[in-house]
Amino acid sequence: MSAAVSSRPETLTGAPFHYCPGCTHGIIHRLVAEVVDELGLREKAVGVASVGCSVIAYNYLDMDMQQAAHGRAPAVATGIKRVLPDRLVFTYQGDGDLASIGLAETVHAAARGEKITVIFINNANYGMTGGQLAPTTLPGQVTSTSPGGRDVDKMGYPIRMMEMLATLDGPAYLARVSTHSPAQIAKTRRAVKRAFEAQMKGLGFSMVEILCTCPTNWGLKPVEAMKWLEENMLPYYPPGEYKVAEGV
Amino acid sequence: MKVLMKGNEALAEAAVRAGCRYFFGYPITPQTEISEYLARRLPGAGGVFLQAESEVAAINMVYGAAGAGARVMTSSSGPGISLKQEGISYIAGAELPCVIVNIMRGGPGLGGIQPSQSDYFQATRGGGHGDYRLPVLAPSNVQELVDLTCLAFDLADEYRTPVLILGDGILGQMMEAVELPPVRAAAPEKTWATTGCRGRAKNVITSFFMDAADLERHNLRLQEKYRAISAREARGESYLTGDAGVLVVAFGSTARIAKAAVRAARAEGIAAGLFRPVTLWPFPAELLNRAALQAGAVLTVEMNYGQMVEDVRLALDCRLPVHFYGRGGGMVPGVGEIFREIVKLGGETRERCRVKPA
Ligand SMILES: Cc1ncc(C[n+]2csc(CCOP(=O)(O)OP(=O)(O)O)c2C)c(N)n1
Ligand code: SF4
Repeated sequence: MSAAVSSRPETLTGAPFHYCPGCTHGIIHRLVAEVVDELGLREKAVGVASVGCSVIAYNYLDMDMQQAAHGRAPAVATGIKRVLPDRLVFTYQGDGDLASIGLAETVHAAARGEKITVIFINNANYGMTGGQLAPTTLPGQVTSTSPGGRDVDKMGYPIRMMEMLATLDGPAYLARVSTHSPAQIAKTRRAVKRAFEAQMKGLGFSMVEILCTCPTNWGLKPVEAMKWLEENMLPYYPPGEYKVAEGV
Repeated sequence: MKVLMKGNEALAEAAVRAGCRYFFGYPITPQTEISEYLARRLPGAGGVFLQAESEVAAINMVYGAAGAGARVMTSSSGPGISLKQEGISYIAGAELPCVIVNIMRGGPGLGGIQPSQSDYFQATRGGGHGDYRLPVLAPSNVQELVDLTCLAFDLADEYRTPVLILGDGILGQMMEAVELPPVRAAAPEKTWATTGCRGRAKNVITSFFMDAADLERHNLRLQEKYRAISAREARGESYLTGDAGVLVVAFGSTARIAKAAVRAARAEGIAAGLFRPVTLWPFPAELLNRAALQAGAVLTVEMNYGQMVEDVRLALDCRLPVHFYGRGGGMVPGVGEIFREIVKLGGETRERCRVKPA
């Protein structure tokens, strides 16, 4: 990562991130900005921020952006893309936003093959509101609203978005990646690039699910959080490319 | 040249002529013809019709499209408009122009599919959260559906606000001859829109202000805009009010029925008149007061159990007794029923206000 860290991508404003120490939101912002730079799309991009810790992503990404209601980012992006079909339109959403309150908007944007890209931050809890149970919280995982650990009998099972969406014909590119090592972060960057390219080629819906840490609400130090992610999230949410349409 | 058109279709055609090229909706009776008409019409006009997965999605698609600088519309009826309230609040907060149509049916809950005016409170009091106001236009015939649709798009752009057209099932379904406006050029350019930041600083569309002082400043600016709309955009129509001792107040389809009742009362020698608010917010208080100058009693008639009557009382500042007659659930008040109410009040004179429960 050393070369990438040395200079700021043009697409980042330089405003200091408000994220907690060790939070992976900052890394993902940077990767998105780098890819936008690399593809030369900053002036053709419209991003959609969601409701969650990344609500003010528009303070960090130096491009046109809209802030959407909780869960509605894919619908907002749909509206933008239908008006401006040649722009790069993407959403940046947490797991509560995308897989709980906004599940319908996510699934239908995917099913329509809406030519937008969804950057999906899976940190296995609701970060902004203080670490409650999310649809992605692992069985047994302790959160503030599952103090005894997620009891699947009463709270059901986590949702694997990639596996679900891969059953649809609308998506052109679906990939799950992680942030727990430099090699994984490099893979994440490649996946974001492929997703944006799939969109710009007009191939359909694209989404990258990124396994992320939330050290603050997990009650772990940043390094421990990386380890927890690797040991617990990876087995439940296997990384990989779940859909790669012809031409991607 | 006039053409014979169904209300819902005339509204849809007027939207296209006003420069609207984007429509996002979800089917619900009694407004579905708007969607169906635009599904046929928009692709040929270089636009997009999209049937959303829900009204929640539809209004958020409107948010995105409006933010991208387009003239955009959505339409629904009660249950769907309830689902849109969150989105309307965000659109008002982010100051995006768009047009929302509610062709009202009876409620609450699933209610029924027959015409009603029971969403007046929801429309004028802000069904969504936060301190926002929504300009509300209330057409009472098919020509006005057309004219007010064009006006709605202009007001939306001028003030950067969502505008609601509040019709009812009678209007949406009725056929009348209308004069359609000429096709207008594309929407006016919007320098604040998020279209990609080529050659300029980035644009951001948001209703989020983390700092209380910033949010207060934002709210004060919104309030200033609402005051300007109140001062300039109140509209209403007076009919035979110059000497009216009994003033009937009604909006939308009900006003048409009330007009016939006023005529019947005149034929019986009762000096009745009609005042019809065209904008429900801002409520045309000044125009109403002028229409009520000679009145000894006021009768508000609505297809609900007493909603606009509260604004009538507020506007008249309790100087006149304000009576109410309403039917609900999809039942429409007849000319005879309203006529009998006017006759009851025919002899009443100006007296101190007795606020009665509606
Ligand atoms: C309609 C609505 N319900 C609830 C909230 C409160 N809320 C804000 S952020 C959030 C959860 C965000 O969690 P997630 O999407 O996982 O993102 P993260 O903060 O973890 O990045 C909730 C429930 C809201 N803003 N709007
Ligand atoms: S609460 Fe969690 S997701 Fe939010 S900024 Fe802190 S570490 Fe990141």
